[in-house]
Amino acid sequence: MPETENKIPAGSGAAAAANEPQKGPAPAASPEPLLEIEHLKTYFPVKSGLWGRTKAHVKAVDDISLTLRAGETFGLVGESGSGKSTVGRSIVRLTDKTAGEIRYRGQDLYAMPERELRRLRPKIQLIFQDPYSSLNPRVRIGDAIGEAMLQHGLASPDNVREQVLEVLELCGLPRYHIDRFPHEFSGGQRQRVGIARALAMNPDLIIADEPVSALDVSIQAQIINLFRKLQRERGLTYLFISHDLSVVEHLCSRIGVMYLGSMVETAPRAELFGNPLHPYTKALLSAVPVPVPKLKRERIVLQGDIPSPVNPPSGCKFHTRCPLAFDRCKAEVPEFRDMGGEHFVACHLA
Amino acid sequence: MSSVSGAAAPGRGAKTAVKSSMWRQSVRLLLKNKLAIAGLVIVVLMFLACFIGPMFSPYADNKTNMRIMNRAPNLQHWLGTDKLGRDVLTRVLLAGRISLTVGLASMVLSVTLGTLLGALSGFFRGVVDQVIMRVADLLLTIPSLPLLFIFGALLSDWKVPPENRMYIVMLILSLVNWPSMARMIRGQMLSLREREFMQATTVLGLNNKRKLFHHLLPNLIPLIIVIATLNIGGAILSESVLSFFGLGVTAPTPTWGNMIDAANNLIDFQERPWLWMPPGLSIFITVIAINIFGDGLRDVLDPKQKR
Amino acid sequence: MENLLRVNRLSTHFHTDEGTVKAVDDISFRVGKGETVCIVGESGCGKSITAMSIMGLIQAQGASGVTGGTIEFGGEDLLKLGKNELRTLRGSEISMIFQEPMSSLNPVMTIGEQLTEPLRIHRKLNRKAAAKRAVELIAQVGISRPEQIMDSYPHELSGGMLQRIMIAIAISCGPKLLIADEPTTALDVTIQAQILDMLRRFKDESEMSIMLITHDLGVVAEMADYVIVMYAGKIVEEGEVEVLFDDPKHPYTRGLLRSKPVLGQLQDELYSIPGQVPDPLELTESCYFHDRCEFCMDICRVKGPPLRGVGERQKTACWLYEEANVHA
Repeated sequence: MPETENKIPAGSGAAAAANEPQKGPAPAASPEPLLEIEHLKTYFPVKSGLWGRTKAHVKAVDDISLTLRAGETFGLVGESGSGKSTVGRSIVRLTDKTAGEIRYRGQDLYAMPERELRRLRPKIQLIFQDPYSSLNPRVRIGDAIGEAMLQHGLASPDNVREQVLEVLELCGLPRYHIDRFPHEFSGGQRQRVGIARALAMNPDLIIADEPVSALDVSIQAQIINLFRKLQRERGLTYLFISHDLSVVEHLCSRIGVMYLGSMVETAPRAELFGNPLHPYTKALLSAVPVPVPKLKRERIVLQGDIPSPVNPPSGCKFHTRCPLAFDRCKAEVPEFRDMGGEHFVACHLA
Repeated sequence: MSSVSGAAAPGRGAKTAVKSSMWRQSVRLLLKNKLAIAGLVIVVLMFLACFIGPMFSPYADNKTNMRIMNRAPNLQHWLGTDKLGRDVLTRVLLAGRISLTVGLASMVLSVTLGTLLGALSGFFRGVVDQVIMRVADLLLTIPSLPLLFIFGALLSDWKVPPENRMYIVMLILSLVNWPSMARMIRGQMLSLREREFMQATTVLGLNNKRKLFHHLLPNLIPLIIVIATLNIGGAILSESVLSFFGLGVTAPTPTWGNMIDAANNLIDFQERPWLWMPPGLSIFITVIAINIFGDGLRDVLDPKQKR
Repeated sequence: MENLLRVNRLSTHFHTDEGTVKAVDDISFRVGKGETVCIVGESGCGKSITAMSIMGLIQAQGASGVTGGTIEFGGEDLLKLGKNELRTLRGSEISMIFQEPMSSLNPVMTIGEQLTEPLRIHRKLNRKAAAKRAVELIAQVGISRPEQIMDSYPHELSGGMLQRIMIAIAISCGPKLLIADEPTTALDVTIQAQILDMLRRFKDESEMSIMLITHDLGVVAEMADYVIVMYAGKIVEEGEVEVLFDDPKHPYTRGLLRSKPVLGQLQDELYSIPGQVPDPLELTESCYFHDRCEFCMDICRVKGPPLRGVGERQKTACWLYEEANVHA
């Protein structure tokens, strides 16, 4: 897909955000690009046979371009197998890319030596989905938060405890929790610890991979509010990966919708939810259950399952489930086109 | 690297340390397992008896006394005497010293070797892994009993003085035992590497030293403890087998294995059960007790491996 | 509406070394014929244990297990039935689907074998008739090429397909009651929409009752006729779905409804219930919600409120309304 996002005049994002007085989730996004992803492809080999020869590839991320501006919250939405988590993991190099480029403040994250990357790591932090498995069960949370601060010289052995206490308090955890082990916490508290650990690194960018989907509703709200508070106070940039559209709407200023490794639509929040253009986005939106009983909504129920990313459909990957598909969709990959106002969509009908 | 949590700082809440750490929890669970505790008690009693018992024996000098050879158990000699007139009870206890020491020491050696090589293998992977694991595979393809015999035969051939043979037997046993140990540690290491909290350490930019010593090893310790415990039993058995065939520790130093070997003829077997029953039962009880305790430990420390 | 299931003062307790966990604590409710009752609550509130108690899946061990109450199904107390009677009832009269379809299907048996099994046991169909019926069922749950699916193994199908197979198995013997424990939690939204649509269709076609257990208020609003809200093993509020969503009485229900972000309703700050669910071992005589409640009164700290009717179509367990009743 063509990389057109950079050509948008700066300030249109801020204008879009300003259209909704008071309710903007984030301070108006500044135009400076913090992270640029260009034509990212991340494939996983499918090996088989005696010698483990690579038979095919799971195209988890298949040519994605994306620019994050400092201070904004970008929501990456999609169902399982859409590759949204792989985008996040490719940025922090937990999963190596196959092709493309990822630049942080102009520096290519894949072109630097291990040592330099390690020094840069605190700036880009990842928050995991499962608060139970992302904390080492045998490390006290004070150590879990403090050790990386010490290693990166963000604290000295004399004041590290004070600093850890500070970040715990910021994340709404009582001071005496510092000497506890992860198993002594509930899910919501553990996710706070995970956030505190990331925050202690004083990062610019936080990639949050489904950070609230394992939590109960009442706890979910607490964590979402914490995310917003931290952004207000620290001017953080978020890449918020989620399958839950209502959470994303609440938290993100710009949203990208992924399907089978491709971006199908990106738009500022009001645009995406008010005027979705891609049939998949429309279907997703209509499938979200709303807590209003007996509400008569026109629902688009998609038929069939998500195809396998090993062998994605030709042309537009969505054509097998799209209610509006026609001949051209099977043959031709739709261009990712600018519809104005930062609204991009990959659909022949738009 | 200093520990953030360990330092006692002012302003620490009163509620600190009310809840126990994982270790204390494990101990509590273990105490509830009656069978495992019984095993532990037997092992401890056996150790105490072997190491302290002979001090109270009037026959501890291991002197031969031809006048009282092959006596059945009586009031002076509770378990009778052997064909050289030595007190069987004292000898069983003295033999226990050797057998238990060999078991313990060869366990420590093989666990150290296995953990080190397994951890290196699992952590660095690649060429290091290939070299270590192929050597391990090689050792594992040869059944351990013949391997022990070959080593034992070499030992006899080189005319190693009897007082040093014990140490060489320890070395042999650990050389045979480390590959399976290394494999288990490596497997555990590989699965730990993929856990989310290890990925978190990568994202936090921690260096290898920190990852290995502060995050991976503490998670390996429960497994190591369990394997180590079960290993002692195995080592005691192997030593007995070697000594029984006269390839391990040899007379006059008594071990449970060579005591049974000394009674290895029809007359002793039929007429003088006090010569072979006590060492045999000692091996049997000790190994069973260790295994029961090890199983209990595994249930507590490593619940995933539960059968 | 005629009662199909009547749960009366059901208690399920578990004894642990640290104390007794009252997972389900003296709850009563009914499910009418052809009705959908949703039990909603957060993790640990006892909603799944309730379902398992009804299905007889809680193993009694010592003093643990179902410790009191009755579960009447079609006039019979399920708790008094023998093992064999219960087994005939399960799978034919009452069936259940779980959250994880992958783990509730046997990985080494084909879909066809697992689908025909209950038909042959409960409906006494022969091999051929059962296979024919199974193919019909697979088609009914919206899977194309049913003959091919019959010969596949669970790992060859996606989560959505497996859940559909689970539903096919559950409805194969025409049950009167379907218990669904978080049936769509592990699935994507578009697949969830398909499954919910399907459940509704089957219910309308066959007069089957559904007891749906979920944490998702959106799903509740879409499916339920009657809603039961559970918190820490107790029912805190119940009522007809419109009434309950329109005018929730209990502070917990209100908090739950307000703390969920809703598509198209932006708020600056989400309402959140402070604190967290109490430790089930440290419950006292108080109202279990009192430490998180913004309307907490003195009585709330010392005495748990009973579940009382507020209006005609709603019941709640909260002292706020008790007082109103007294004064009225």
